[in-house]
Amino acid sequence: MRRVGDRGWLIAADDPARLAAALRRAYPELEEVVPGHETVLVVGDVAPGEVRPDEIELPPSAEVVLEVVYDGPDLDEVAGLTGLPVDEVVAIHSGTTYTAAFLGGVGPGFAYLVGIDERLVVPRRDEPRTRVPGGTVAVAGPYSGVYPRETPGGWRLLGRTDAVLFDPSRARPSLIDAGDTVRFVPR
Amino acid sequence: MIEVVDPGLFTTIQDIGRPGYAHLGVPPSGAVDRVSFELGNRMVGNPEGAPALEATLIGPKLRFARPTLVALTGACVARVLDVTELDVGRAVGGARIYVCVRGGIDAEPVLGSCSTDLLSGLGPAPLRAGDVLAVGDARAEHEGRFTPKKNGPLRVVLGPRDDWFTAPEQLCSTEWKVTSSSNRIGIRLDGPPLERARTDELRSEGLVTGALQVPPNGRPILLLNDHPTTGGYPVIAVVHSDDLPSAGQLAPGDTVRFDAIR
Repeated sequence: MRRVGDRGWLIAADDPARLAAALRRAYPELEEVVPGHETVLVVGDVAPGEVRPDEIELPPSAEVVLEVVYDGPDLDEVAGLTGLPVDEVVAIHSGTTYTAAFLGGVGPGFAYLVGIDERLVVPRRDEPRTRVPGGTVAVAGPYSGVYPRETPGGWRLLGRTDAVLFDPSRARPSLIDAGDTVRFVPR
Repeated sequence: MIEVVDPGLFTTIQDIGRPGYAHLGVPPSGAVDRVSFELGNRMVGNPEGAPALEATLIGPKLRFARPTLVALTGACVARVLDVTELDVGRAVGGARIYVCVRGGIDAEPVLGSCSTDLLSGLGPAPLRAGDVLAVGDARAEHEGRFTPKKNGPLRVVLGPRDDWFTAPEQLCSTEWKVTSSSNRIGIRLDGPPLERARTDELRSEGLVTGALQVPPNGRPILLLNDHPTTGGYPVIAVVHSDDLPSAGQLAPGDTVRFDAIR
């Protein structure tokens, strides 16, 4: 564990989403439990002891299916970078089942989806766009993701969905939670 | 009712924010100088955490429907006024002024908080000229606690990624300058760049308010309350939670030092 200020700890984890869910159950008094790519951040006035996710009953992860119109402005660029035809890029992106590793980055409801087909791993844009519309489906590096609202962004844009990724008035504000599986279906 | 005659430079409604939702990507938000915010609420008999206005550098001009008890705290001479019109004026000795009206500002809570979040857009929009704000009827039932602001260097706990730098102690031996590219998301500091000991990319990990995140240019960003909840730049050190109110008052042109504690 690494210290994070006077109230936090960073814990290395093989499955951060699962460890985070287990920690939240074992230590409900923790203020924040935040999974990252290979760590879990905990914040609170208690230092957590060792938690074994296998020994804690966790709710099953949900499957989120998003309908996508694949007409993004970077489709041709991604095809060029990967050497694949556009319809193949779409077929590979929508033929993969992703796992939400963690949320954050540009804001509420933005999930970093891992499990991307290696053929679709492309770098971020050199110049981030100042505006990416909400609902945009994108890829960058080892991740795919969906922008919940209009923000600046440097990922490569493949398409768009009508799904509302984050709504604070819902019982589950974020459509995707860490640990969920996510699939994209072309429309 | 309060009419916003002039919003000032950047004025938002703030309370104690939205702790507990970082795993969904929701920033903690809330008043960046909690000490001044709580002092103001105490001065007008509000309960701890009653929504107030947080002004940055240049305060708003306000008109009240009836004489109203208002406390001004933070980067100003702290005082209580009974007014129908108020020109808050410029920040002195800091970046943020709190305007606490008796009864609190009555706004629609989102995820339990009325705070405006600059990063996510949650909560009410920043104040604009012509806005009308409602006054609530919150009353304190008992005395809150108050810890006065301290001067001097901000205390930091090194890590979690101090080992990513060739000379992490340089963080505490440098007098850093606060740049004008600073807001409620983070304060960009200028000074001799911190050199990386490794060039590979850090995988994204959870962030806290007060984290000193170091992007590739080597100049740290001190994250404030509307910070992203995860990020991939190494965090060299984290400001002690008791010193966050002082960090929230850093204004462009100020200098700041850090003092490592165990």
